[in-house]
Amino acid sequence: MNSTGNSGRALPWALVTPALGWTLLFFVLPFVAMGFSSLTSHENGGFTLANYSQFFSNPSYWQAMVNSLQVTAIVTVVSVLLAYPFAWILAEQVPERWQRLALMLAVLPFWTSYVVRSYSWLLVLAQNGVINRALTGSGLISEPLQLANTRLATVTGFVHFFVMLLTLTIFANLKQLSPSYRKAAADLGAGPVRTFLHVILPLTLPGIMVGAFLTFVLCIGDYITPQILGGNNELLMPQLVMMQIGRRGDFPLASALSIILMAVVTIAYLACARWLKIERA
Amino acid sequence: MHRIVRIASWIYALAVYGFIFLPVVVLVLFSLQSTSFPIPPFTGPSLRWYEAVLSDRRLTSALVNSLSVAVLSSATAVTLSFLSAWGFARFVLPGSGLLRGLITLPLTVSYLIIGMGLLVLFNWAGVPKSLLAAGIGHVVINLPLCFAIIYSQMGDHQINIERAARDLGAPEWKVLLLISVPVMAPAIFAGFFLSMTFSWDEFVISFLLTRFDTTLPVEIWNLLRSGLNPKTNAVGSLVFAVSIVLVVFFELTLLRRKPA
Repeated sequence: MNSTGNSGRALPWALVTPALGWTLLFFVLPFVAMGFSSLTSHENGGFTLANYSQFFSNPSYWQAMVNSLQVTAIVTVVSVLLAYPFAWILAEQVPERWQRLALMLAVLPFWTSYVVRSYSWLLVLAQNGVINRALTGSGLISEPLQLANTRLATVTGFVHFFVMLLTLTIFANLKQLSPSYRKAAADLGAGPVRTFLHVILPLTLPGIMVGAFLTFVLCIGDYITPQILGGNNELLMPQLVMMQIGRRGDFPLASALSIILMAVVTIAYLACARWLKIERA
Repeated sequence: MHRIVRIASWIYALAVYGFIFLPVVVLVLFSLQSTSFPIPPFTGPSLRWYEAVLSDRRLTSALVNSLSVAVLSSATAVTLSFLSAWGFARFVLPGSGLLRGLITLPLTVSYLIIGMGLLVLFNWAGVPKSLLAAGIGHVVINLPLCFAIIYSQMGDHQINIERAARDLGAPEWKVLLLISVPVMAPAIFAGFFLSMTFSWDEFVISFLLTRFDTTLPVEIWNLLRSGLNPKTNAVGSLVFAVSIVLVVFFELTLLRRKPA
């Protein structure tokens, strides 16, 4: 921009090359390696498409993908439905000067690692954990419920995390709306319910979609929550991938399954992007 | 009508806060348990499980490992991203948009897949599993984040100060070190502390890429095999506390930027 001469041309490249090099070497190249690996046979190292065809022919692999998609869909919908009213309350009902604190508190547990967070839920949901003790203690049930090691536990652990994430994104979205929209709707005679349904909700929909997509991506790729909370009763895709590495050291199959998982995320992204564009038009 | 909405809002908000804090409160409360099971009834308070954690050599060395990996990988990520952000913001480079896109690309891929890719590559290249390998992975996930933060804070108003320094005869490296770094310090620290939190909490990449010497989240994972245990509560609470401290630093560095 403001540099001339030869040194001015070499310098900018010297600045950006380390970061680009790191990304190429430790992100792009591993990805290529994974691609090659997925096309080789675990037994003899020769070229094969078997790792991919196995996914389609083996019903248990296929089932893992179905489970993953179901869990992710449930988590995304429940999280959005829980987080939206919460974010709305924080943005509209809480006095302005308390909002920052209220939001910070609402996302505080967001900063624990997946491992610690999932373990904490295990404490809550265990056979003799807090919830079962409270329920049996109050006489509502006589036998403790099987809460841990179920799909419900996995979904609960995920929803806990994504409610916080979505509260953040939806809150930011609601705060960005100019108050003049609401005034204009009120001037035109719309009550609070109609203003919300016809003005606020449609205007925050693109933001919700971004949050929902983020939820989808992070949820479908997570190994820890289903492994700790869901146990091995039903496998999700990341658990299936890790099983190939852990038990059998089958890198080619693990690579192929990872690539299939990424392909699904990419398809979701394309679908989402198209939907967002229609929404904006 | 307004009153009803207000009351319903309060109830709903309290219920969600309850849901959000339930596991954390249970975790911390039963870390103070004096008996051997972190389940009701509460028998504490006692610090015996914290003592057990601090006298466990595996856990303390994992803690040191986690901190070193977090500090070194965050420093690397911040340095690389600051240099490249400065390059992209101050000079016209061919294909700049595409190259910036490449740097931020890892943000869209799950940690599991980034870890898998590195595992396959390192396995093929004969690089042994180690903390260094995990640290390399942590730079991969934090570099795009730091880049996004620092690049977005490189406003045009800073160009004038840099230009003034150049007019006064400062060579390019002096402009970078003595002008740009101090001016950008809040963004640099924000990127650093955010990277620290992510690296400190990261599990799957460390799990895949380390073997004997490992990080704290992986060591906690190993503890989980013994089932529910107040010692796990204690170490989990400690991890949480460190994360909160890092997040507070991050918030403070971002807040300090605002009045400027």
